[in-house]
Amino acid sequence: MAHTLLSGPHTLAPTSVSRTMLAVMLALLPATLWGLYLFGWPALYLFVITLLAALACEVLCLALAGKPLHLNLLDGSALLTGWLLAMSLPPWAPWWIGVLGSLIAIGVGKQVFGGIGYNLFNPAMVARVALLVSFPLPMTLWTAPAPLGSAGAPDWLEGLAITFGGATVDAFSGASLLGSVKTEFTLGRELAEILPQGVNTQQLLLGSHHGSLGETSALLVALGGIALIARGVIRWTVPFAMLGTVALLALLFNLIDAGRYPGVDYHLLSGGLMLAALFIATDPVTSPNTTAGQLLFGAGCGALVYLIRTWGGYPEGVAFAVLLMNALVPLIDHYLKPRIYGRDRGGRPLPVVRETAP
Amino acid sequence: MKLFGFRGGVHPHARKERTEQLPIIRLPLPRRLYVPLQQHIGEPAVAQVRPGQPVKRGELIGGSVEWLSAPVHAPADGTVVEVSEFASPHPAALPVTTAVIEVSAHQTPWRVPAEDPFGLSPAELALRIRQAGIVGMGGATFPSAVKLDLARQHGVDTLIINGGECEPYLTCDDRLMRERGQQIVTGVALMLRCLEARRALILVEDNKEEALATLRTLCREQPQITTLSVPTRYPQGSQKQMIQSVLGREIPAGGHATDLGVVMHNVATAYAVYEALVDGKPLVSRIVTVGGGAVPRPANLEVPLGTLVEELLAYCGLEGEAYERLLVGGPMMGQWLPHPRVPVIKGSSGIIALSEAETRVEMPRPCIRCSRCVEVCPSGLLPLELAKRIRKEQFAAASELGLSDCIACGSCAYVCPAKIPLVQYFHYGKGQLQARRVQEKKLDNTADLAATKAQRLAEIEAQKAAAAQARKREAEARARQQAAEKAAAHEAEPCARTEGD
Ligand code: SF4
Ligand code: SF4
Repeated sequence: MAHTLLSGPHTLAPTSVSRTMLAVMLALLPATLWGLYLFGWPALYLFVITLLAALACEVLCLALAGKPLHLNLLDGSALLTGWLLAMSLPPWAPWWIGVLGSLIAIGVGKQVFGGIGYNLFNPAMVARVALLVSFPLPMTLWTAPAPLGSAGAPDWLEGLAITFGGATVDAFSGASLLGSVKTEFTLGRELAEILPQGVNTQQLLLGSHHGSLGETSALLVALGGIALIARGVIRWTVPFAMLGTVALLALLFNLIDAGRYPGVDYHLLSGGLMLAALFIATDPVTSPNTTAGQLLFGAGCGALVYLIRTWGGYPEGVAFAVLLMNALVPLIDHYLKPRIYGRDRGGRPLPVVRETAP
Repeated sequence: MKLFGFRGGVHPHARKERTEQLPIIRLPLPRRLYVPLQQHIGEPAVAQVRPGQPVKRGELIGGSVEWLSAPVHAPADGTVVEVSEFASPHPAALPVTTAVIEVSAHQTPWRVPAEDPFGLSPAELALRIRQAGIVGMGGATFPSAVKLDLARQHGVDTLIINGGECEPYLTCDDRLMRERGQQIVTGVALMLRCLEARRALILVEDNKEEALATLRTLCREQPQITTLSVPTRYPQGSQKQMIQSVLGREIPAGGHATDLGVVMHNVATAYAVYEALVDGKPLVSRIVTVGGGAVPRPANLEVPLGTLVEELLAYCGLEGEAYERLLVGGPMMGQWLPHPRVPVIKGSSGIIALSEAETRVEMPRPCIRCSRCVEVCPSGLLPLELAKRIRKEQFAAASELGLSDCIACGSCAYVCPAKIPLVQYFHYGKGQLQARRVQEKKLDNTADLAATKAQRLAEIEAQKAAAAQARKREAEARARQQAAEKAAAHEAEPCARTEGD
């Protein structure tokens, strides 16, 4: 492309799509490693399977579309999608959940729209919701942490049996915190009865509770996200608005009736909120362009999460919330454009006012 | 003074460290100078010399006939050997009419004018600035006298002097401010006088501490001139951004700086004004930064206009084309040069030869909608959306999104992780819109012509009809007259009088 040389700039920032994806994966690494440690071999198998399936599906789709493999595969986006999906699955789910999820994420969530940059919805969330709706049982069997090497934790062979053999692991299974609280609420019980000791904030921060890899340690997820913001890979807008809205609503309703509405810490630290706010809703492709748009989008995600968690049919609303807001992004982008230099918001030239200096 | 800053912008790696400590040195006169007659925006100058004619340093070799133009002078004593087409510093090396001067061994010294320029009237100052062929030295090359004229007509109050130099690599203005601050300040004072403006503000980016300190000290004796330090950020040097920085005001779309009572000139232009009015030198040389990773000994050179770029490079230790990419101007808004056999002209602030490591070219990838381009755009545009429209050839839609408000600063393309050549899209889009406008105008003209023709035909018809009517009336009149005469022959006169009315 010799004519690229004709116009500047002739110097470019040291960024690239693959470097951006790599930075996000690096930020996910601590939480992922910690989660893999907590949930042991079966989680590792599922993780690897999901990633490989995502890559395989990407290759297949690219080949079918006749697009060059190396460039598109190396951008890392398929790997990241697989990774995010794996972090939102029950860690001991059977292998086919991971494979099917990746197929849906890459095939339906991304490539059907035309590949990277063209998809309207976050691919990992599309897969997560599709799986949850189609296979509610394996998708809500959350495993209690059984750290590698601890008593009763499956070794690598037992892990294979769990992931590939469909071995039942009822001893470890249970509902997540959000799930159990929701069920108890529907039975008309008060929060003080359900959680006599109150919300165990430390447990939520560190992750030693039922949940997915990405739900376990809110602290490690948050640290990874903060690192990304500090390095300028993602912006503060969406996470700030999303977490802020959830926190605000939680505070408000908790003040109204503490027995019915758990507090801020419970909402911020449990479920996939932290992962979604920092790593999923911030997905550049499916979030708005401008600061105002991003704040609105984040606030919308946050409000929907709170609504679904509190009054909806599912204990966790993150994936639904993000997808619903994704659908609104074109509208948000249409109405919240930046003001052009020298023009008012309506695009008319600013009035001529002469400088009258002192 | 409070600063307002401007929206967007980027911080490209400055890469000024290799030349910022190097004093300006004078490049020895080359054997031949290739002086283009068009070194400015506007109409080309008209050749005043013939091949074989001897010329003196500072002699007029190209006169400006049009208002929007600038004259061109001989940078050295010598003989004109040719006036013909020669490659210009342009991406396609477009040929322009160029006077080739064989430089003689002996050079006459400059004759300093006797009169005090501060004793001249503003109109006379403007005239001399015009006669000296001074144009915007920051690279825009807009004839300075025209800008001053316009500003005077608008009664401008504030003169802003751009000492930003926000482009990477370039240090020529920095050195000029450090070494020739006094001349710059005098030049600014003369411009103020010419404009009859109230104050001048010299803006310098805060990464040029020495230049700032020098000018600040010098301005102490000049109550009308203030030096301001502005945060280092690209595109600070752009007029719109600089004015926004100082006044917190935007130039209305389609308007001019003069609408705000402001005019902006570059520090090097102020220096050129000093040289012209105090030293009696028309614009025949300029300071050029020769830099870039491929240049073994980078430098800030004072170069006679018309010197070939290859001579500058050779002087700095670079022979042949041992570089990856050659640019005139800075790497953000500068232009690519296909080869170094083009002359240095009035607007050439830098000659940058980039090494392979500095020009890592990556294949453009699909846009990931990261909105970094939106964040950095100082014009408040949506570069990703503009590019999308232009790619689909939807130029009207792109125009609605503000394509014409793009200042082509390249901030968006600089940050784009997908390496999309956004500015190139915008140039293409603007070109297409322009072509369409021309086309429409042509159609309009055709329609006008058709309408005029129809009207003319109608008029002719009407005239014909009128003539026919007249003839008919005349015939009738004649008939009646004859009848009357016949009658008169029989009776008395009164009828004839009635006919005569
Ligand atoms: S769209 Fe134009 S004005 Fe905005 S950053 Fe890009 S080149 Fe600069
Ligand atoms: S910076 Fe590049 S990749 Fe990002 S939104 Fe703009 S055009 Fe797309």
